Amino acid sequence: MTFLSAQTYLDANATEPLRPEAREAVIAALDLVGNPSSVHAFGRAVRRALEEARSVFGHGFGRDPDQCVFTSGGTEANALALHAYGAGRRVLIGATEHDAIRRVVPGAEIIPVLRDGVLDCAVLREKLAESGPAFVCVMAANNETGVLSPLEDVHALCREFGARLHVDAVQSAGRIEQSLEGCSVALSGHKMGGPKGAGALLLPDAESIDALMPGGGQERGRRGGTQALPAIMGMAAAFTAAREQDWSVVDGLRAQIDAAVQRLGARVAGYGAARLPNTSNVILDGVGAQIQLMTLDLAGFAVSAGSACSSGKVAASHVLTAMGEHDGATQALRVSLPWNVQNVQVDGFIAAYEQMVQRLRKA
Amino acid sequence: MRILVAMSGGVDSSVVAALLHQQGHEVIGATLQLYDHGQAAKPGACCAGRDIMDARAVADRLGFPHYVIDAENRFRDSVIDSFASSYARGETPVPCVACNQGVKFTDLLGMARDLGCEAMATGHYVRRVEGEDGAQMHRPIDSDRDQSWFLFATTREQLEYLRFPLGDVPDKAQVRKMAEEFGLQIADKPDSQDICFVPNGSYAEIVEKLRPEIRGPGEIVDEAGQVLGQHEGVARYTVGQSKRLGDIHTAVGERQMVTKIDVSSRRIVVGPRASVQSAEARKVIHLRDMNWLCNPIPEGVRCGVQIRAREELREALVVPLADGGARVELTAGATPAPGQACVLYDGTRVLGGGFILGSA
Repeated sequence: MTFLSAQTYLDANATEPLRPEAREAVIAALDLVGNPSSVHAFGRAVRRALEEARSVFGHGFGRDPDQCVFTSGGTEANALALHAYGAGRRVLIGATEHDAIRRVVPGAEIIPVLRDGVLDCAVLREKLAESGPAFVCVMAANNETGVLSPLEDVHALCREFGARLHVDAVQSAGRIEQSLEGCSVALSGHKMGGPKGAGALLLPDAESIDALMPGGGQERGRRGGTQALPAIMGMAAAFTAAREQDWSVVDGLRAQIDAAVQRLGARVAGYGAARLPNTSNVILDGVGAQIQLMTLDLAGFAVSAGSACSSGKVAASHVLTAMGEHDGATQALRVSLPWNVQNVQVDGFIAAYEQMVQRLRKA
Repeated sequence: MRILVAMSGGVDSSVVAALLHQQGHEVIGATLQLYDHGQAAKPGACCAGRDIMDARAVADRLGFPHYVIDAENRFRDSVIDSFASSYARGETPVPCVACNQGVKFTDLLGMARDLGCEAMATGHYVRRVEGEDGAQMHRPIDSDRDQSWFLFATTREQLEYLRFPLGDVPDKAQVRKMAEEFGLQIADKPDSQDICFVPNGSYAEIVEKLRPEIRGPGEIVDEAGQVLGQHEGVARYTVGQSKRLGDIHTAVGERQMVTKIDVSSRRIVVGPRASVQSAEARKVIHLRDMNWLCNPIPEGVRCGVQIRAREELREALVVPLADGGARVELTAGATPAPGQACVLYDGTRVLGGGFILGSA
């Protein structure tokens, strides 16, 4: 018998619940004495653990483990990529990129997306053909809608025009397999079910990069500061577990949500496009996201509105705006199923959503 | 019951939330984000970003949910813009009334209903009394904090749904003591003052920024049109005021006051204070958009009226008009400022009120 706790967590794209494998790895790491930079036996033991974690990501993304630079998280990994590869190049970014990219390069050229949220490769081609060497930043999967980018096409275009490609794979890593060879990749541990506080930048090649924080020369001079070993080991364990998971179960539950909300008259953003298996962005026309969010929270269901600032104020989603939504950009909820979602939770959510629609649509 | 508490982040509404929570109600805290606090905001005014954090900290500490509601566009349109437009018509508006009327008691209250709340509570100092004929609004016990004048536009339907727990508190010291007892860190936070969206107390600057056409100097004239002096902008004047008239008092040999603001000619009209105040013409005031908190009597009601935020009551007969306004017949002459509120009282009870129209 499943015990349905008072609160149901359906906000995995904000952060995944900790996976048991990650918890074990973190606890084990907490007991490792020593700094991986130390020469003595303690240092060596810690270093071995760190390098094992590094090879998990190297092998996982088809490159030499040396090409994995551990960071504090996805935001830092993205910032490091822009710092290392963006200098002296035109920077082109997708219109639905995360703020971790957008706010680093406020002057970037924007590649629009189509109505279904998929990057417009025709415009990318035009822009790449225009002039100069470019640095292209495209997210593998969108955090609000789950819509996947056509990475093979993007990659082919970048090769054709000699542009560098950076992929923000924070939401997709572990959830889907994508070919990311030859580009830099940003990862975040807690989005895989690891603890918060670790991420990684995978480099496209063996060439070194200029650090944002040189510090004591850790990470082979590419990122200073003592590595957060517990978080890194937790991230590696979470990544392995995520890749081994059968996501079709989550995908099936997500399909149930899509069908149910559409039956109730809501729209699912990017419904026709290829999406992550766990994400559904639901627009309820005429009803503000804020009141929806509050209603569901009070009913015990944790979802999120597209874009919440630090105060908790709900603003219009730049992602949905880029997809051509006007009012819809302020009337959407993101439901993102965690790795351990239960059938009964999805049933409960659908019932609560239906109740909410009936109450808020009455006017 | 499930009850939404409008929390500004100040001591008063925080204590209301804590009190209701302690009484076992299911409290939901909500704080309105009225404008981008990056732009304006001053400590001590009620809409700064700091206040949102304070409200949230109170909710987190006591353990009830708290939400931040984006009301920036609505506040700009319904409060700030209409504040400036009102000045541009030569009036002296009361933005707090517009805010209570719209953003708070229409929008937020509607949200509370949508959330299935049975009531909404605020930290206003006013008493709600159950009468035979429905809820009544009364002045609070603490007369120093009386906010009833600013709340006259609350409809009877809204009043039914609202709760004002601080109306019965003897004084602010008591509220601060309660805050301390609840362990709230904001117990000695300064009171909010003035108009929240005016950063440095200079409302005229905001008005002139939004309505540049009324900016700039003009003439101060007497009732006959004779020029007595110059002024720096019509938005700096209110009918009834004697300040900012420079040397005119001495030049004329008698204390003057503003009797009219003519925005189109940028003229401030003044008259001798003594004679203006006794003039027969000012014994009748017309009001628009009356809100009655009692059943209006067609032949008029004898009551006290208050035509400024802080002023004594005046005796009057108030007759409802078919256009939704009212005619106020004062026993003694007054100098009402167009745009201000005229609120009707019977003892402590608020009978209703309306906005003062120009005398022309």
